[in-house]
Amino acid sequence: MRAAIVKGGIPWKPGAGDPPEVVRPGGWKYFTPQEAKTVEAFVDRLIPADELSPGGKDCGCAVFIDRQLAGPYGRFEGYYMAGPFQKGTKEQGPQSPETPAQTYRKALAAFDNACRTKYPGKTFVELADDQKDEAIKGLEDGSLKLDGSDGQEFFKLILKNTQNGFLADPIYGGNKEGASWKMIGFPGTHYDYRDWIDKHNQKVMLPVVGINFHPNWTQ
Amino acid sequence: MRDGWKMLPKVLCAMSLGAAVGVSAAAHAGGIDKQDFNQVERGHYLAVVADCAACHTLPGSGHDLAGGRPLETPFGTLIAPNITPDPQTGIGAWTDDEFVNALTKGTARDGTHLYPAMPYTYYTKLSRDDVLAIRAYLNTLPAVHNAVQVNQLPFPFRIRASMAAWDEMFFTPGAFRPDGRKSAEWNRGAYLAEGPAHCGACHTPKNFLGADKRGERLQGYALQGWFAPDITNDARRGLGSWSIDDIVAYLKTGHNRTGAATGPMSETLNLSTSHMSDEDLKAIAVYLKDQPGQAASAPAAPDRAGMKIGGQIYADECSGCHSGNGQGAAGLFPSLNGSPVVQQTNPTSLLRVVLRGALSVGTRKAPTAPAMPAFAWVLNDDQVAAVVTYIRNTWGNAAPAVSASQVGKARQSLAERTD
Amino acid sequence: MALKLPHKDVAIIGLGWTGSILANELTDAGLDVVAIERGPWRDTATDFPISYAQDELRYRIRHEMFLRNSQMSVTFRNNTSQTALPVRTWGAFMLGNGVGGAGMHWNAEFWRFLPSDFILKSHLTQRYGASFLPTDMTIQDWGITWDDIEPHYDAFEYLCGTSGAAGNLGGKIQDGGNPFEGSRSRPYPTPAMKQGFGHALFAEGAKKLGYKPFPQPSGNLSQSYTNPLGVTLGQCTYCGFCEWFGCANYSKASPQTTILPVLLRKSNFEGRTDCEVTRINVDNTGKRATGVTYVDTSGAEFEQPADLVILCAFSLFNVQLLLLSGIGVAYDPQTGEGHIGRNFTHQTVSGGLGFFDKDKYNFNPFVAAGAIGMCIDEFNGDNFDHTSVGFVGGGYIGQVQTNGRPIECTAVPPGTPAWGSKWKQALKDNYLSTINVGAACHASMYSYRDNYLSLDPTYKDRFGRPLIRLTIDFHDNELKMSKFLTDKYTEILKAMGAKQTVTHPRKAPYDVTEYQTSHLNGGAIMGDNPGNSALNRYLQSWDVPNLFVMGASAFPQNAGYNPTGTVGALAYWSAAAIRSQYLKNPGPLVHA
Repeated sequence: MRAAIVKGGIPWKPGAGDPPEVVRPGGWKYFTPQEAKTVEAFVDRLIPADELSPGGKDCGCAVFIDRQLAGPYGRFEGYYMAGPFQKGTKEQGPQSPETPAQTYRKALAAFDNACRTKYPGKTFVELADDQKDEAIKGLEDGSLKLDGSDGQEFFKLILKNTQNGFLADPIYGGNKEGASWKMIGFPGTHYDYRDWIDKHNQKVMLPVVGINFHPNWTQ
Repeated sequence: MRDGWKMLPKVLCAMSLGAAVGVSAAAHAGGIDKQDFNQVERGHYLAVVADCAACHTLPGSGHDLAGGRPLETPFGTLIAPNITPDPQTGIGAWTDDEFVNALTKGTARDGTHLYPAMPYTYYTKLSRDDVLAIRAYLNTLPAVHNAVQVNQLPFPFRIRASMAAWDEMFFTPGAFRPDGRKSAEWNRGAYLAEGPAHCGACHTPKNFLGADKRGERLQGYALQGWFAPDITNDARRGLGSWSIDDIVAYLKTGHNRTGAATGPMSETLNLSTSHMSDEDLKAIAVYLKDQPGQAASAPAAPDRAGMKIGGQIYADECSGCHSGNGQGAAGLFPSLNGSPVVQQTNPTSLLRVVLRGALSVGTRKAPTAPAMPAFAWVLNDDQVAAVVTYIRNTWGNAAPAVSASQVGKARQSLAERTD
Repeated sequence: MALKLPHKDVAIIGLGWTGSILANELTDAGLDVVAIERGPWRDTATDFPISYAQDELRYRIRHEMFLRNSQMSVTFRNNTSQTALPVRTWGAFMLGNGVGGAGMHWNAEFWRFLPSDFILKSHLTQRYGASFLPTDMTIQDWGITWDDIEPHYDAFEYLCGTSGAAGNLGGKIQDGGNPFEGSRSRPYPTPAMKQGFGHALFAEGAKKLGYKPFPQPSGNLSQSYTNPLGVTLGQCTYCGFCEWFGCANYSKASPQTTILPVLLRKSNFEGRTDCEVTRINVDNTGKRATGVTYVDTSGAEFEQPADLVILCAFSLFNVQLLLLSGIGVAYDPQTGEGHIGRNFTHQTVSGGLGFFDKDKYNFNPFVAAGAIGMCIDEFNGDNFDHTSVGFVGGGYIGQVQTNGRPIECTAVPPGTPAWGSKWKQALKDNYLSTINVGAACHASMYSYRDNYLSLDPTYKDRFGRPLIRLTIDFHDNELKMSKFLTDKYTEILKAMGAKQTVTHPRKAPYDVTEYQTSHLNGGAIMGDNPGNSALNRYLQSWDVPNLFVMGASAFPQNAGYNPTGTVGALAYWSAAAIRSQYLKNPGPLVHA
């Protein structure tokens, strides 16, 4: 029987459990070089570099998205993917068999084509910053249509993925060195706040740490 | 403590278990009244104290004391024999005297010498009456037909004849002699600890031939990938910070104010000490608390910078359970503050628990069985060394610093283990 | 062809809260029990240790601990004019899986219902008249009273070490507790949890408005505790990674931290994990369960014979199994016939944001726990006069913010651009000084003729069995109630000193993509006679007396509280009846 029998005491063996895989930047596991450049430029507009934090690219948001798309999230692993696929009401939720990875592939190509049309001969990466923002707003409000892809849905997806990458634990490749957490004042993955629960309206003086990010562990 | 011995790979026994289960009509001469159930019950209790099952029962086999369990020794693997009353493959045909000789003189029926993995060096302390009671109990077990090839040791250790010389050098047979200067309770504790409970078999350091270092009794020994700690009354490394009640609670339930049993001691707890009477456990505690420890030595103060880092690692990874003051939670998270395990000179058990995690024992009285998670994936050798050195030297603890290379060696040897 | 296994006295389907409680009670009674769980074994140090449990992306956003929709999902539509479509990934609710079930990763918000909740129909009819209730509302009395269930609330609370402040001890109202609660026989086993600044400020605001705030009862413990089984739990450390996550330091009550260490040591218990029960087998009279059929991970089928079957698979899946096994009569909303699937409810939650002056307020939202919070109960149940408000029902209102996790808790004021430097600035300016409570108003959903569960005609699970189909929408009653409560919450936010509030009452249509608690109830409801229910007052099936069905599927309607306290209490109540009556004389316990 392919079942685990649980009997006689608490099951335990060494190596049980599933620690996270720490993303190492370098190379792309899903994006083509052109897609990667586009996404890097895109996340750098969604999260511009300023005095509050580095930009989306330097924070690793494009790496985050790349690794997510190359993994289970990108292929909707765990989703109910049996048909028939029918369109329903908004309240019935997404019903498309198109996975996030497929969406990015189609939409990024369509987006570059749309840019080439609107800004003759220029792909998104080649636009000036204010034009990039304009193109993104066009996706956002639906005025910039993508051929074969829903621009507004794609914008929502890439915005969500970018912001997730910006705010998630640095092990996933984004939020480099806890940039967003430092910006907002979230100290990270500390587990023991018993000394702080009674300190109402006081700043919590703890270093920013993540699951595999502990600058306080070195000199 | 020599650690030059490599662990030889365990040889899994090829066992033929054609068990004919049934009550054996074991026929042998007297000394035991088979109808004396007091004798049988006493023998059962002593067999539990002596923890025969830990070696002679193969876990999961469903056949008590029928042998077949491989034992990891520094010299190789031995497989514990069948001690059910089966006449062919067990000890059913042995006379009582032969049985008494095995336990108290270390000789088998055919005169060959037993290896001291069978702790006859301790069981020799048993009175003849107690040995016969154990025999009476063993006689009541179902006879199991299970032939065991005991000797799996490599050359030259597998030459049993060499044990004659070993016994000559290291073994003094003879029953326990009470110390008239001590109380009856102390003597009972001494009898149990030095006799059937054979604590020193795991807890006393051994020389390169595997014999107890008599001058360092109960001061700790490395085996099976753990370090069985010092159980003298040493203030830091032994039981000095534990009261009699603490020791009794630990042996009875596996947990006390500050400690939790794990590893091979879990088995000892489950099979043996948790079934012993409170009086006997208290007697053992009284005896152990009267054992002097090592000469007190102040370890060198650890490196300040390392301690600072260790403190940060501790705050981030450890204090969620063990608290900032190291005191944990009674019955749940052992107190590191004052912990003997933390302060053992040999950090093997401590490193094992930190790197690999460990499940503590669950007993009827203390069923929770909390487990320590594994930190090997998130802490590198330097970081383990730093945090372990930190807990060994904070809150009044003092123990030698642990180096990154010690951690590296521990990590490597753990990788080779399957338990 | 299913391989028939050796007989067991009891087969329990699912090893979550109710499965664990029933297994422990019935093994104590000497029975040989097997529990069959479709998910994996999980435990603290191996599966949610302190070195990586606190991962928002993995456990909250990608919801890794939950049931994978590819293993089992449901379909949904608002009403019968629509075609139900699959819930391809969880949204409105997230369903548990594995040993411990959702009990492993819940908030541990640990409430009792009100005495009047158990006799709701009689109570409201008596107070307001039968015509006061909407004609399509199908609320019912439960068949039990407060006195029946109170000792079992007590048992479950003491199993878990619940932290709280009693409001009504033996009929005497206590300061600092919930003055509306039903009379308790004993105080909570541990003191109430400590509160953060935002929670304490809510209490001040509520007091200013004349309410009586009290700490939310919590299954995350304020101090280490050893329960009557001898199992010890730890002290909560306010880590802010509670609901959706496993607890790394044994301080959240779950089957793992309260029951399983004892249960697993028993020689008369066996758990089988990664095995999915596909049907409850009944004999050819249709009145006797003979056991269950299940499938392991290799696809091999097994038949487990048993004398007593306890269905503990969570409300939706209880109903699905009953329908697939042909037990009881499927509910038909057109004719009103049948009880299996009837009176399906969820929860009516609403809440929102309070923005405060960042130079004066620092809430440290990340210092929190799953059941932290200060609440008021003035507007729950029938605690207030409904004569002129235009609805029945209610809920507690509380500042129950459980975390400051960045992906979830970086709300910005309306009008803030969704991206760019202004968005970043707004995050920075508001993160520490915003109260963000999605379920500040945690209110009832009463039952209606047209909200029900049934088998889907089109979509199947991986074994080819129909998925369970949810037909549900909000009714005017709940929408009016939600507006009323949300307005009260907004008032309190302002009394706290919020400079801006952004609160939203619940709106129709019911949206299966918006998370609104996983408190799904009904479909196999309890009652006092087989003409109005699927189960009798002991949760015994009217149709198949050797089948008992645990869980919130028994609720005839939902109340204004989190359901788990009541789910656990009902399990103890049922177990007591099985032990003291059924085992001595197997057969129907109620002759209606």
